Amino acid sequence: MILHPGILALLCGSTIILIVMLIASWHGLKILLYWDLSSSSEQQLLLERKTWLISTLLNYALVGQMLSALLFVFTADDIHRLFVGAMCATGALNANLVGWLVLLIKGALLFIASFWVVLNRLDQRTEDAPLTRPKYLVLLAMTPVVGLDLYLQWRYFSGLQPEVITSCCGSLFSAEGEGVAAGLAGMPVKQSMQLFFGVVGGYLVILLVCMRSQMALLRPLLFTASVLMFFVSLGAVVSFLSLYIYQMPSHHCPFDMLQANYNYVGYPLYAGLFCATLFGMLPGIAQPLNKYASICSEIERAEKYWLRIALAGMLLFLTIGCWQMFFGSFRLLGY
Amino acid sequence: MRRQLKILEYTLSSLLRRKYKSFSLIAVYAFTIAVLGSVLFLTQSLKSEATGSLVSAPEIVVQRVSAGRHDLVPIGYAEVISKFPGVKSVTPRVWGYYYDSLVKANLTLIGIGEYQEQLELLDGRLPIKPDECAIGMGIVNVFGPGKGDALVLENSASTSKTFKITGVFRAASNLLTNDLVVLPEAALRQFFAMDSTLATDLVVEVYNQREIKTLAKKIKYHLSDTRPITRDEILHTYETLFNWRSGMMLAVAVAALIAFCILAWDKATGITAEEKREIGVLKALGWETADVLTIKFWEGLVISLTSFLLGVIAAWIHVFVFSAPALTPLLKGWSVLFPAFQLSPVVDFYQLFVLAFLTIGPYLACTLIPAWKTATTDPEQVMRD
Repeated sequence: MILHPGILALLCGSTIILIVMLIASWHGLKILLYWDLSSSSEQQLLLERKTWLISTLLNYALVGQMLSALLFVFTADDIHRLFVGAMCATGALNANLVGWLVLLIKGALLFIASFWVVLNRLDQRTEDAPLTRPKYLVLLAMTPVVGLDLYLQWRYFSGLQPEVITSCCGSLFSAEGEGVAAGLAGMPVKQSMQLFFGVVGGYLVILLVCMRSQMALLRPLLFTASVLMFFVSLGAVVSFLSLYIYQMPSHHCPFDMLQANYNYVGYPLYAGLFCATLFGMLPGIAQPLNKYASICSEIERAEKYWLRIALAGMLLFLTIGCWQMFFGSFRLLGY
Repeated sequence: MRRQLKILEYTLSSLLRRKYKSFSLIAVYAFTIAVLGSVLFLTQSLKSEATGSLVSAPEIVVQRVSAGRHDLVPIGYAEVISKFPGVKSVTPRVWGYYYDSLVKANLTLIGIGEYQEQLELLDGRLPIKPDECAIGMGIVNVFGPGKGDALVLENSASTSKTFKITGVFRAASNLLTNDLVVLPEAALRQFFAMDSTLATDLVVEVYNQREIKTLAKKIKYHLSDTRPITRDEILHTYETLFNWRSGMMLAVAVAALIAFCILAWDKATGITAEEKREIGVLKALGWETADVLTIKFWEGLVISLTSFLLGVIAAWIHVFVFSAPALTPLLKGWSVLFPAFQLSPVVDFYQLFVLAFLTIGPYLACTLIPAWKTATTDPEQVMRD
């Protein structure tokens, strides 16, 4: 099973990312131990140069991690053909339940690494780099997660047995089943629509107000709204957005839309949701950093862009997700 | 944006100034990508070729297994199976292999019933009399005779039998008929000395595609010495087999990839004095470490993408224009009468993604630390040297 080209590429890629992270952590550890901004010793100069190395390494590792998450979904989608009864990535992930864990970790890593890179950029623009210590502490915490990601991927792919008959999305995401996925799929459409549009509406209102006002209270509020919006939106995709995309009243799968027959519409959809969530959370995360005078003005400048990107992401997500709802011939409500 | 473009312009001119170094790196890089790409393209293409021709394969083939080996199946089984609800038809097939020691090739001999409709891809007609046969293009090429001539085969009692060739399959059906000899069923039974109550296997046609699995289970339950093989199972096996083969090849090619990475590392570490001076001058002019790192980023990207494009084009030409002469012996079968077919170009985005991930990732990882070392060069130090 391991010798599938996509799986080979994934395992190779993850190993390289882990090595890069380990190198970065090693240097990060040295910085944590010996960093002293007031000193002008040779060692401090060397450490300051090393911060460039680490941020370069991490930038590449993040891009690698992003691509590897994409490739993982792609591969899970591709190998479903090897499993009797599987019709999309859901079937391939069900074939060995560790797969879901890998997906979860890859998603979490994507968020954490993105935060790291954005905050690192802010920090590097300042003179005194006030975030140095917290940054490298987070880096040290991130590396074991990358290692775990590699280990679980190995477990997932080596544990796959093509002869096992898996359940497909038809039985996992259907109203009759048990568990969270089935519960989401079985939710009454009208209520879930109200919930989704309510939460997204709230998110948009806070976002727009944030663009106008500098009030400190709004940022944590937007953070909370983003997190809430993220989970409600994922629920909405399973509950009713997918139905509109597939134009079928019983097809709840969140992965099928990544396939060619649906013009890969899932990729921009999820990318939009990711941007809306990430950049919606950033102002809230940056809020406590305002206590450092040097970084304050940088945050203020960057925040405008964050909010705009979040808005653009949200609009992309809504346009793709809801297009069929308003312009398609398929109707869920009214019968 | 403008700033990035300016930096890109600078990078390109700087790469051109170091022509030989850049081009030699690109050549090796592109070659590595072409090797890996050929493996991926060829397997993908073979896979789709195999899947395409299996679409018309029978839904279920029932074999009999005796003492763990494939055995002839009693024709009586056909009646049992045809009584199951949902079964459209059951046809016993008589076929076998024939090794010709003269041309050192394996032929496939298959028997047909009394009534057969005329086939479009057949030049001539199917055999009716016991001493007639129809053959595939591959046999014509190896043995020499054409339509109207005679084909001599040696039967199981080592006696020569002469068959008149009444038809030749056209080249378009080569993938399926290349090594085929079609004989009337009775003649073939006599040729193989096979009992008339036995058949090689049974072909089961099913009305409803969704019932194939259930019917296969039923057949196994009622006739416990049989082995029903469904079309899906054959497709899965092919898929797994080709994945395994290409994975195997890739694993071998990874050695080449590692060698290339060492080369890339070496090239990136060994910066010339001239290059060092260049960076020193830039920094003295006020460029920051971040800017030099941006140059290095663009440099890596330009080299990678150029090589990727060249490598993929080379792999494409190797596989789809020249039919992959370097790889076919390893990835295809090993039959002497293997049909020479033009591979239909199938490349999807996934293949390219995998290829890029396998090649560009390691290259970038190898050049990261050297790039940083260059970028943090101290201008004052350089000037003093």
